[in-house]
Amino acid sequence: MTRAMFMILVVEDDEVLGGVLATLLEASGYRCERAATGERAIIEARSHRPDLVLVDLGLPDRDGTQVIRAIRAFSPVPIVVLSARTLEAEKIRALDAGADDYVMKPFSSPELLARVRAALRRNVRSDGALPVLQLGTVSIDLAKRTATGADGPLHLTPLEYRVLECLARNVGMIVTQKDLITQAWGPERAADSRGLRSYIKMLRQKLEPDPGRPRYLVTEAGVGYRLCV
Amino acid sequence: MADTERRDPDELLAAVKREAVLARRGRLKIFFGASAGVGKTYSMLEAARAARADGVDVVVGYVEPHGRAATEGLLEGLERLPNLQVRYRGISRPEFDLDAALQRRPSVLVVDELAHSNILDGEPRPRHAKRWQDIEELLEAGISVWSTVNVQHLESLNDLVAGITGVRQQETIPDRIFDEADEVELIDLPPDELLQRLHSGRVYMPEQVATAVEKFFRKPNLIALRELALRRTADRVDAAARAYPADRTSRPSLARDRFLIAVAPDEQAERLVRLGKRFAAALDAEWMVVSVETPRMLRLGDAARNRRIEILRLAESLGAQTVTLDGPSAAMTLIEYARTRGVTRIVVGAPRRQGWWRLLRRSTSMELVRRGAEYDVSVIARQEPIASPPRQDRVKSREIRWSRYWAALAISGVCTAVAALMFPHFELTNIVMVYLLGATVAALRLGRGPASISAIANVAAFDFFFVNPRFTMAVSDAQYLVTFAVMLMVALTIATLVANVRAQTRVAGARERRTALLYAMSRELAATRTLERLAQVAVRHVAESFSSDAAVLLPDAGGQLHDALGMPTDAAAFQPDLSVARWVHDHGRPAGLGTDTLPAAPAQYLPLAGTDRTLGVLAVRPIQRRRILLPEQQHLLETFAGQVALAIERARLADEAERARVAAETENLRNTLLGSISHDLRTPLAVIAGASSALSDPAIELDAATRARLAGSIEVKAREMSELISNVLDLMRFETGEVRLRRDWETIDDLVGMALGRVGEALRSHHVAVNLPPDLPAVYVDAPLITQVLCNLLENGAKHTPAGTHLTVTAEPGPEGVRVCIDDDGPGLPAGDAARLFDKFQRGQDEGNTGGAGLGLAICRAIVRAHGGDVTAENRPAGGARFAFTLDTTGPPS
Repeated sequence: MTRAMFMILVVEDDEVLGGVLATLLEASGYRCERAATGERAIIEARSHRPDLVLVDLGLPDRDGTQVIRAIRAFSPVPIVVLSARTLEAEKIRALDAGADDYVMKPFSSPELLARVRAALRRNVRSDGALPVLQLGTVSIDLAKRTATGADGPLHLTPLEYRVLECLARNVGMIVTQKDLITQAWGPERAADSRGLRSYIKMLRQKLEPDPGRPRYLVTEAGVGYRLCV
Repeated sequence: MADTERRDPDELLAAVKREAVLARRGRLKIFFGASAGVGKTYSMLEAARAARADGVDVVVGYVEPHGRAATEGLLEGLERLPNLQVRYRGISRPEFDLDAALQRRPSVLVVDELAHSNILDGEPRPRHAKRWQDIEELLEAGISVWSTVNVQHLESLNDLVAGITGVRQQETIPDRIFDEADEVELIDLPPDELLQRLHSGRVYMPEQVATAVEKFFRKPNLIALRELALRRTADRVDAAARAYPADRTSRPSLARDRFLIAVAPDEQAERLVRLGKRFAAALDAEWMVVSVETPRMLRLGDAARNRRIEILRLAESLGAQTVTLDGPSAAMTLIEYARTRGVTRIVVGAPRRQGWWRLLRRSTSMELVRRGAEYDVSVIARQEPIASPPRQDRVKSREIRWSRYWAALAISGVCTAVAALMFPHFELTNIVMVYLLGATVAALRLGRGPASISAIANVAAFDFFFVNPRFTMAVSDAQYLVTFAVMLMVALTIATLVANVRAQTRVAGARERRTALLYAMSRELAATRTLERLAQVAVRHVAESFSSDAAVLLPDAGGQLHDALGMPTDAAAFQPDLSVARWVHDHGRPAGLGTDTLPAAPAQYLPLAGTDRTLGVLAVRPIQRRRILLPEQQHLLETFAGQVALAIERARLADEAERARVAAETENLRNTLLGSISHDLRTPLAVIAGASSALSDPAIELDAATRARLAGSIEVKAREMSELISNVLDLMRFETGEVRLRRDWETIDDLVGMALGRVGEALRSHHVAVNLPPDLPAVYVDAPLITQVLCNLLENGAKHTPAGTHLTVTAEPGPEGVRVCIDDDGPGLPAGDAARLFDKFQRGQDEGNTGGAGLGLAICRAIVRAHGGDVTAENRPAGGARFAFTLDTTGPPS
């Protein structure tokens, strides 16, 4: 087995769903611990030092975001949230509290496993080295700031590189609109979503095979963007 | 018989309401006497002891601390409320403690001296100016009260008593209090006995009136007062006796007498009004007090005009209807009005004019007698006032403008100069004409005083310069005296006429301005729906019209009053006193500045009275206190408050109707939903349960492919259910108004891209083309919701068209934003169904074989409408259907 056995803490109060999640994760080669309450989750996170925490926001004893904040206080472990669709405000709150990503309920197994992999990957590569992105036929070297497409070199502006870089650091995971703007433009432009939209649009024109149906630069409505490789 | 016994339903309703109020109200018992010393307090306390012995919860709220042994003895053994110590000019005085009484809530409270005035400048400040107001509040709170009062304290008898005794009583109670008291017990003592008690020192007299005692307690006075007290009590008994049969067979209202009291703003008016009240009460008649604004009256100063309004107020407080009319002649106007209102008797005061003036002009009373032959006209004799208030001099109120007098003299000078030029060529008669012209001009332009001066100067100049002997003031020919007289009279007549017209214009102008102010607000209120906007409009208009700060206070769901516009953040802004507002709201009566309740407050608080309850409170803090206290301004302010109350009531009713409608619709939705869910949820559940049980049953042998297929169908059906539940939840959130748009700048490309990414699977068997121009402006929308709209429309297109159909998404910028269209080349919409498609649980023709509860389009409509647009559905001329909506490109208001 090439990867060490990652340990995942599943925080879910529904017995059946918790069981399904554990079965799914164990079948995919992870070790699992389970916690049914927020309080239990914080204790488990301290004692077991998991490699990833999967948190349901609706817990019986306390709000999921409180649990996230409590864990964040002592650990940089990746946290993925399980949340119902349409409650964008809740998702943003969880992300602001320190979560790294979310999976919408009801989810499919491949989707969940992909998110888990992405979150674990980010944890492994926390040294800050910038990757060479391969988006279909386009490859981008963020360190050297060069990009090549099928028909030769592509020109990207410095700001476009910065946006891409920010997404690439969290590849496969969601980056909130606010974080993206703050990191690419600086904190004083945080309200300017219109500028961000047009840069994303231009990036798609350059990188996506079908800009009308983006495959790599995916928008998460009302929350932010995700770079899918 | 049945007809005569049938009662007017309104009257019945009023009677029922009155009884309902009375049932909750405490009962007022008055121990009534002819003068101090008859033993009212003594009798009251005796009664209190007797009641106490019977087990009634009697508490003594306040009894004058006279230090009389007999009274003190009676107080023993009775529970007494502690008095409130009120400090005033360094002296501490015991006063009745209203709040303590309200807190104690006995069944009967004994409070002496109903007519007492509270110390307004004392510390702590009293809530009401008068004790009878305190007692009204107690009664309203359901506490019964026993109190004492003397006949001279009754408002309507006030002047009569003053006439008898020569002492004017400052402390009065409205007759209403006496008339509406549940019980009045007359404490009678023959004058001889009273005098005897007085001389033996058994009657307490406060020191400040000690000087008046001599004058007051004379036997003829006491006899007259006793007679008054007896008669007033008898009147009450009589009224009660009359009211009793009226309960069974009411008199036809036409047969009732109707009095019209005509008042002018003079010192007689007040007496006339009180007399009118006594007449009306004695004859059980309806009465109205009418004031006529004639041109002559318009010339009077502001003081007189204000007095007129005060008189009308007094009349209102005594229970009269009040009317202000205007017309050229008082008598004619009164008679016309009397005719329209079915008046039976007109009451006027006797004219003031004396001597030769009476011969020149007929007085209003004479005119009434002459013209109003069909009415009884009572002319009330004049009486010189006992202590007449300082009369405002007419002239004093207007300053004398000296420049006008100089101008008048200048006109005479010019006339003389012209006349000197004409003198050699014209006869004296024509020269007089020049002076007459000058006098006319002066009268037209300068007013009466300067016109008279001009006329006199003209006559003098004419005599001096042109009449023989010239350059002397002597007149040789007597006929020129006629010239002088005529010139003077012409000047005065014209000046008077002009002054009349001016005054009338001025008053009409003021009245028109007031009407215009009111109209402006009413019109704006009528166009306003929400309470907050109403409050805004009201506050703005009141603030502008009365140059003051204003606030509208409305009760919230918990009954707490709060500023309808939110509490001001600025510390210097007007912060209404909520405790005063609370009182006004609970009692439905005005308080604060300029009223009898809490007059020390810097602002006035007016109740906004609806048809059956107080809707809120209007608080007004004038920048200039004096201005708002003018009766005319007060009247206007009350009218404003009435208008605001009307508007608020209307808005409330509209709100309630809307809520009822929403509730009905929600109920309807719930029912349909329940029906729909049973079908649309059970089908996928059946698949899931069936497939999963097959998978988990070890007895059933399944190959790998079958297992995969069963698992796959479980997933598909689970997703279907999830979609349905999300749709239902979304719609519910929209229906209950719970959804808040989180708008941001979005590109159409992005929104369409997200929708296509999400719908993916459902569109597998269709061809989708996206055709967006590159330069589309950004739209200001809630991205997840608009993505949902696009998803629903695309899914809808896929569901209702055969496989292989082409779906095209296009967008184009237009004047109202970006119009997004989703077209298909399928069979198109069924005829006549387009609008109903968006209703909840509506589906196209192919009912049954496509899933979903028909909520998709309803959600689309709800979302787009929340964005301020609408979704349309139509058949394209080229075939197929088109769904379209427009998105806003204007940003947030900055």
